[in-house]
Amino acid sequence: MPFSISLTVNGVARNVDLDDPRVTLLDLLRERLDLPGTKKGCDRGQCGACTVLVDGRRINSCLALALSCDGADVLTIEGLAQGNDLHPVQAAFIAHDGFQCGFCTPGQIMSAIGLINEGLAGNDPERIRESMSGNLCRCAAYVGIVEAVLEVQKSLAQASRRDAA
Amino acid sequence: MKTFDYVRPVTISEAIAASDVPGAAYLASGTNLLDLMKVGAVRPGRLIDITRVAGLDGVEWLADGGLRIGALVRNADLAHDPTFCRAYPAVAEALLSGASAQLRNAATVGGNLLQHTRCAYFCDPSSACNRREPGSGCDALGGENRLHAVLGWSRSCIAVHPSDFCVPLVALDAVVEIEGRGGRREIPLEALHNLPGEAPESETALEPGELIVALRLPDRSALSRHSRYLKLRERTSYAFAVVSAAAALEIENGTITRARLALGGVAAKPWRPRAAEDILAGAAPGETIFRRAAEAALANARPSGDNAYKIELARRIAVRALNLAAAGTPQHLPALPASPFSSVPGARHAA
Repeated sequence: MPFSISLTVNGVARNVDLDDPRVTLLDLLRERLDLPGTKKGCDRGQCGACTVLVDGRRINSCLALALSCDGADVLTIEGLAQGNDLHPVQAAFIAHDGFQCGFCTPGQIMSAIGLINEGLAGNDPERIRESMSGNLCRCAAYVGIVEAVLEVQKSLAQASRRDAA
Repeated sequence: MKTFDYVRPVTISEAIAASDVPGAAYLASGTNLLDLMKVGAVRPGRLIDITRVAGLDGVEWLADGGLRIGALVRNADLAHDPTFCRAYPAVAEALLSGASAQLRNAATVGGNLLQHTRCAYFCDPSSACNRREPGSGCDALGGENRLHAVLGWSRSCIAVHPSDFCVPLVALDAVVEIEGRGGRREIPLEALHNLPGEAPESETALEPGELIVALRLPDRSALSRHSRYLKLRERTSYAFAVVSAAAALEIENGTITRARLALGGVAAKPWRPRAAEDILAGAAPGETIFRRAAEAALANARPSGDNAYKIELARRIAVRALNLAAAGTPQHLPALPASPFSSVPGARHAA
């Protein structure tokens, strides 16, 4: 029995017919919507490489059925940069060497954006490390990742102080 | 993954009606169910996606001071609700010590209660497991069983229940509201999970088609000033408990007037040692009485394999949780929730 779902991906409305109910959100993005930036690491919810934002919240796309995401607003790594202008978190990862091989990076960046949106870690490195523990990095670029998140948090705090002034 | 029929009801009665076929399973977020389906440990023929069912996602304060939490409330939303954190701090701490931020954003209250054991033999369809396949045996006995049960186990099954959330919930007398073909009923959370006995495949007290619709907590404000959850893991974050303990005390004029204690990682259900609570009631808080309580809590413990260390570990975690509870609930959750290694008190987490 075919299933039809509608969702918004990176701001674009997409209607998808699914011939198989087993398709995960991750496989939908990679295999059917031509968005392979989101990575498949463990496919078991343990590594975080598949992290995307669904309705503004970071989740593991490997553990969500595409069918369950009917009507959802999905943001992936491909939806961050505006032309050649990188998202501030992308720029901070480059500035702070927040990666080596790069495989986990899309998930790390989406998770970092989720973390910043949640607004709970502030500039406490221990809270950032704890809140990023769902994203594994085999190259162990963790120090640079935490520095990148701290930098973005700091510039956001400065911007909000400017706005308040 | 075995293929399945997928239905998406919008009312509780539609959901229950849809369950009336063999092999039907309710799907909420799926963080545990889909994972097990991928490896073939669980093979439902029909998934009933309940995420669009109305009325299951609210948090409601009751006239008697208690709280009713809809089964679809997400773990992260509950844990970060400031009012909830103040009323039930040990529950919030337990929630935030579990899984990762991504999983907590997705996982639901009802799903957390019904998650399966992480016993590697249960999760591996090529291993013998009485819980997964009745009568097939138990490869955990004599296998890799360092993390298995020391209380309430049988030769049929030595798995442990993995939830952190359920441990303080059982300590605080949470109640599960259930709806099924026969109507609505409620049971104490402590009665939801079965010990294995001779039938480990019977994991919970739910009848076929029954759906958890809400979780209710009684008013426990008297315990909220001395409540902690402590969890020992093999790494600091994003790991299941080796052993854990929830402790909550009511202390008046230097005397414990009421004590609640529950242990995680030791049995197929969250373990509530009432004998330990009885020892604490009426005593002055202190190391000696906490140690006596912990001895009583583990009095019937015995190793199910290579895990005798867990018995002393559970005693020490219980004593430490009681000491932390007696010292007082921290004003802000620590940066590393429930961690014995938390070094930074942390002041920035509004929860």
